[in-house]
Amino acid sequence: MQRPNSATQPLVLSASQAVRPPVRIPRLPFRKMLRKNASFLVMLLPATLFVLIFSYAPMGGILLAFEKYRYADGIFGSPWNGLKNFEFFFLAGKAWTVTRNTMLYNLAFIAVNMFLQVTFAVILSEVKGKVFKKITQSSMFLPFFISWVVASSIFYNLFSYEYGVLNGVLKSFDAKSIDIYANASAWPFILVALQAWKSVGYGSVVYLASITGIDQQIYEAADIDGANVWQKIRFITLPSIVPTMIIMLLLALGGIFRGDFGLFYQLVGNNGNLLPVTDIIDTFVFRALMSSADIGMSAAAGVYQSILCLITILIANKAVKMMQPDYSLF
Amino acid sequence: MSTQARTSGSGIPSTLTSGYYTSDRILFNVVGYLLVGLFGLACLVPFYLVIVASFTSEAEVMKYGYSLFFRKFSLEGYILSLKNPTLIIRAYVNTIAVTVIGTAFATFLATMTGYVLQRVDFPWRNKFSFFFFFTTLFNGGLVPWYLLCTQVLGFKNHYWALVLPGMFSVWNMIIAKNFMKSIPHEINESAIIDGAGNFTIFFRLIVPLSKPLVATLTLFTALSYWNDWYNCMLFMNKQEMWTLQYYLQKLLNDAQALRMIADKSGISTPFIPINAMKMSLTVIVTGPIILLYPFLQKHFVKGLTIGAVKG
Repeated sequence: MQRPNSATQPLVLSASQAVRPPVRIPRLPFRKMLRKNASFLVMLLPATLFVLIFSYAPMGGILLAFEKYRYADGIFGSPWNGLKNFEFFFLAGKAWTVTRNTMLYNLAFIAVNMFLQVTFAVILSEVKGKVFKKITQSSMFLPFFISWVVASSIFYNLFSYEYGVLNGVLKSFDAKSIDIYANASAWPFILVALQAWKSVGYGSVVYLASITGIDQQIYEAADIDGANVWQKIRFITLPSIVPTMIIMLLLALGGIFRGDFGLFYQLVGNNGNLLPVTDIIDTFVFRALMSSADIGMSAAAGVYQSILCLITILIANKAVKMMQPDYSLF
Repeated sequence: MSTQARTSGSGIPSTLTSGYYTSDRILFNVVGYLLVGLFGLACLVPFYLVIVASFTSEAEVMKYGYSLFFRKFSLEGYILSLKNPTLIIRAYVNTIAVTVIGTAFATFLATMTGYVLQRVDFPWRNKFSFFFFFTTLFNGGLVPWYLLCTQVLGFKNHYWALVLPGMFSVWNMIIAKNFMKSIPHEINESAIIDGAGNFTIFFRLIVPLSKPLVATLTLFTALSYWNDWYNCMLFMNKQEMWTLQYYLQKLLNDAQALRMIADKSGISTPFIPINAMKMSLTVIVTGPIILLYPFLQKHFVKGLTIGAVKG
C-alpha cells in the first residue's frame, strides 16, 4: 500500500510545467506501434507489474467488505453478507469516533504545522546571524530523519511515569509526578506537538525556498519608502507566499482522512485508556485486522476510508485547479 | 527608519548599511531569535537526553530516573545490548541489506518509468501515466493488501517482504518525470539519429544528466527503508529477521520479547537492565543517521523541492 503522506518523500508540487513543443506521432497500425515502442514497453514492464500486483489486485479485494470472510474459503469462496460489515462498523463499531478523530487531528496538524512553518520561514529569512541560522535549521530538520519508533523511545525518556526526565525534575522540586498515560485529555495536545516537532523543520524549508524566490528589489523599494520589518512581512513576504500556502493547504486537506499511522501506533499503541481520543481510522483498521476478529468489518472500514480519501482529493484538486492550474495534481 | 537607510538606493540592500538596527528591527530580532532558538533547542535536547540516558546504569535509572546530566558514566546498557550481539548484528545486517537493495531497485524503477512517461514521442504516455497515478487516488485498503501479501505472495518470514512493498513509488516516479521534463527532447532526437536505442539513451545520456534527481531519490528512499518498521511488523515473526527499527520497537513495548532477547544474551531474567538498554539501543539504531546527518542534510534540503521545479 502506498503511503504518500509518510513524510519521507520529496514534495510533489507541480505536475505540469515546462510547455514543450508537441511532437507529431505518426498514426500507424497497432502492431507496428507495438514494435516501434517495444523498448519503452519493456522499460515500463516492471513498474506496471508492480502496480498491478500491489495496487490493482487489492482493489479486487474490496469484495471482502461485502463478505463473511473465512480463511479456509478465501476471497472468492467466502459467503456474501451484503452490507452487514458496514452496518457493524457504523452501528456497533466506532465509525463516527475514528472518522472524527482522523479529521480533527489532521486539521489540527495542518493548522499548527502551517502556522509554525510559515513563522519560522519568515524569521529565518529575515534574521542575519549565519551561524544561528545554520544551527537552528539543522536542529529543526533533525527529527525528520528519525522513525516514529525512535521518537516513541525519546518520548518514553521524557515522559515515562517512573523514570521520565520530566517527572525527575518535578520530583526534585517536590512536585507531584504526572502520569501522562492515564491522562487522556492531554493526548490531543501531545500528538499535535509531536507531529509539529517532527515535521515543522521539513516544511519550513518549502516556505523558505518560496521566500528566497521573492524579488529583492521589492524590499529595497519598501526600504526607500520607509517601511519597517513588520510592514515588509505583512505587505510583501506573506502575500508573496500565499499561493504556496494555498497549494500546500489544499494538498494537505486532500489527505485529511488518511491518518499518520506511525505516530498514533508507536506513541499510543493499544492503550485502552487513550483509544477514545486517539483512535484513528488507520489504527482501527489495523487492530481489527491483527486481532483477526473481523476481517470483513476491517475491510469495510478500509473501503470507507478509501472512498472518503478519493472524494476529498478530487475536491482538493479541483480547488487547486481553480486557483493555480499549474499546480494541480492531474 | 533612519536617513542613511533611506538614501542607500544604489543596489545595495539598505539593510546592509548602517541603519539596520532600528527599533522595529530590534524587536523583531529579539522575538525571532527567541522563537526559532527555542524550537531549535526543543528539537535537539531530546536527543541529548537519550544519549545521556544511554550511558546511565540501570541502578541509577531505578533510583533517580533518566537524568538531565551525566551522573555516573556507565556502559552497562551498551555492554548488555552487545554482550551476545547475534541479534543486534543480524538486525544491522538485515537493515543495511534491505536498505541497499531496496534503494537501488526503487531509484532505478522510478527513474526509468518516469523517463518513459515524459518522452513526448511515446504515444501511450498519458494512458500509462493515468494508470500509475490512479493508484495514488484510490486503493483497496490495508486488509486486501495484507491478505494478498500473506496468503498469495507468501511474504511471511521472507526477506523480500521487507524490500518489495517499497520498491516502486508512484510519487517518486512523478518527481523523476517532472525533473526530466526539463531535459530538452532534442537530446533524445539527436541520439536516435546517431542510432542509439532507448536503453542506451537512458543509461548513457539521461541518467548522467539527472544526477541531482538520482541523488535525491536515493537519499529519500534509503531513509524510508532504514526507518521502516511497518513491513517488518506485519510480516516477520522470526527474531533473526527483524530490522533495527522493529527490534527497538519490540524492546520498547514488549516485555515478552525483552525476556527472549535477554535469554539469548545469558542474563538472568529478573535483572535485565531494561531501561538502560532501551536508551542505548535507541542510540545504536539512530547512530548512523545522526553521524551521516551533517553530510546529508543539505542534499535533503535541496532535494525536497526538486519535484517542484518550475519553468
